[in-house]
Amino acid sequence: MTLWESLVRSDGRPSGALSDAARTVRLADLAEGSFLSEPRETLRNRSVVLAIRDPLTAALTMVELDGVVRRMVLCPAGVASEHMPHVARTADADAWVSDAAGEPPSIPVEVRMDAGRELRSCAPDRRASRETEWVLLTSGTTGAPKLVLHTLASLISAFAGRPEELSPGRVWSTFYDVRRYGGLQILLRALLAGSLVLPDPEESIPAFLGRVAVAGVTHISGTPSHWRKALMTGAAETIAPAYVRLSGEIADQSILDALRAAFPRAVIAHAFASTEAGVAFEVQDGQAGFPEALTARPEHGVELDVSRGTLRIRSPGNAQRYLGDSPALKDEDGFVNTGDRLELRDGRFFFMGRTGGVINVGGLKVHPEEVEAVINAHPAVRMSLVRARRNPITGAIVTADIVLERPETDTRSAESEALRENILESCRRVLASYKVPAMIRFVPSLDVSPSGKLVRRDA
Amino acid sequence: MNVRSTITSMFETVAREQQRQLAALSDDLKLLESGLDSLSFALIVARLEDTLGYDPFESAESFPVTFGDFVRLYESSHP
Repeated sequence: MTLWESLVRSDGRPSGALSDAARTVRLADLAEGSFLSEPRETLRNRSVVLAIRDPLTAALTMVELDGVVRRMVLCPAGVASEHMPHVARTADADAWVSDAAGEPPSIPVEVRMDAGRELRSCAPDRRASRETEWVLLTSGTTGAPKLVLHTLASLISAFAGRPEELSPGRVWSTFYDVRRYGGLQILLRALLAGSLVLPDPEESIPAFLGRVAVAGVTHISGTPSHWRKALMTGAAETIAPAYVRLSGEIADQSILDALRAAFPRAVIAHAFASTEAGVAFEVQDGQAGFPEALTARPEHGVELDVSRGTLRIRSPGNAQRYLGDSPALKDEDGFVNTGDRLELRDGRFFFMGRTGGVINVGGLKVHPEEVEAVINAHPAVRMSLVRARRNPITGAIVTADIVLERPETDTRSAESEALRENILESCRRVLASYKVPAMIRFVPSLDVSPSGKLVRRDA
Repeated sequence: MNVRSTITSMFETVAREQQRQLAALSDDLKLLESGLDSLSFALIVARLEDTLGYDPFESAESFPVTFGDFVRLYESSHP
């Protein structure tokens, strides 16, 4: 079933609406019109890049094109222009949809059209021809995004066919971009039952929360970093949701407690989900981590495996594969390894950081190797180890342990202080500010494993 | 140095490092209007933990909104 078919109620029209700071669009309007500048038919069976700046326009375009196009690539805000040719080529794109502010095609395409803000009347042709491939972007090791392939079925598997998850009348909102996995989950839930208030990229948090309050939002989601920021504005208490959801980063006890205090009557739920693995579970008891019992037997077809020390997930919500020459998305048993290390304490699993070392600084991924390469290029440095340090504001920050060419340097001397500043300066020149180590420690040596690799232990 | 002056100088150092224009640090200054971003606050909290030896956010029940709240959080959590 296509997204449109899922939205249509017994009277042939979808209910619900999507709104942003400037406008509200009733989904029923899409029955007789289109926001695209050319007939939808022109895009049939094509691989289409949605390079649309405006999130609401992008959301409406997804509804229009599911079931029509062969593949659609969702480009969230902030994908660097330099990466777009790689994205378009990897997706085998032959069509491009953008809006006034969106990216022009970065490779030659056969069809190009605009998605506008005005509804154009057109014949209500809703002939579906196929199951559309949905492609999401996620950050890769080299800085170029990886392309993750889903279908509508895998994207909605956490709530499709579960009436308790889809009770109508819910008003959803999210801090996420709806073109990222976490935001797309909320968009799709709202489309299937309810309405959605979208954030505006240009809007301040208090202004957004003001709209959320006025719209009577009942269900709202974001990452722990989104929520910390919202709490720091002092405007969070102006909203009164019945349900507050965290996902995308590890929810620690302090953010769970702070949300409990701010929203005493709300259900505070933290979910584990990733673009590749899909939604694995949701915990509502207000405690960090998750009960061991969740790993005992599959619920809704989601199997969790912790036998190798990291969380592995096999589920109908898993993505199918990566496009292009990325490594396999699933292991030999068909599980997605999340790389999140777990520790069992008193019947509960707690997240202990990641293997492979990706550091999550407020939702932005930092690959330690990239930072180490910059540090190691400094003439006074022999080797370095970049790792995460837990942080109550951004979840983690970057720190570096450095072995100097002359390790006997007194680490408290003025000379060593100047050297530390000099190394940081070389990092600031080439790295984004969230990748620059927050602190540098000079150490006499670093552990190297028998296979010759730096031993990485996450803080 | 007392807690307040340690915090004040940490705000100034990090603002300089991150090349951010720091507003005058009065007690009623909203943190989000101080000119600092999330990363700056993350750096401040991490370095204060190293300097003062504790992280009051671990047991904080609510997030500070103003600079005054921030200082009081550290003062009241002093071990």
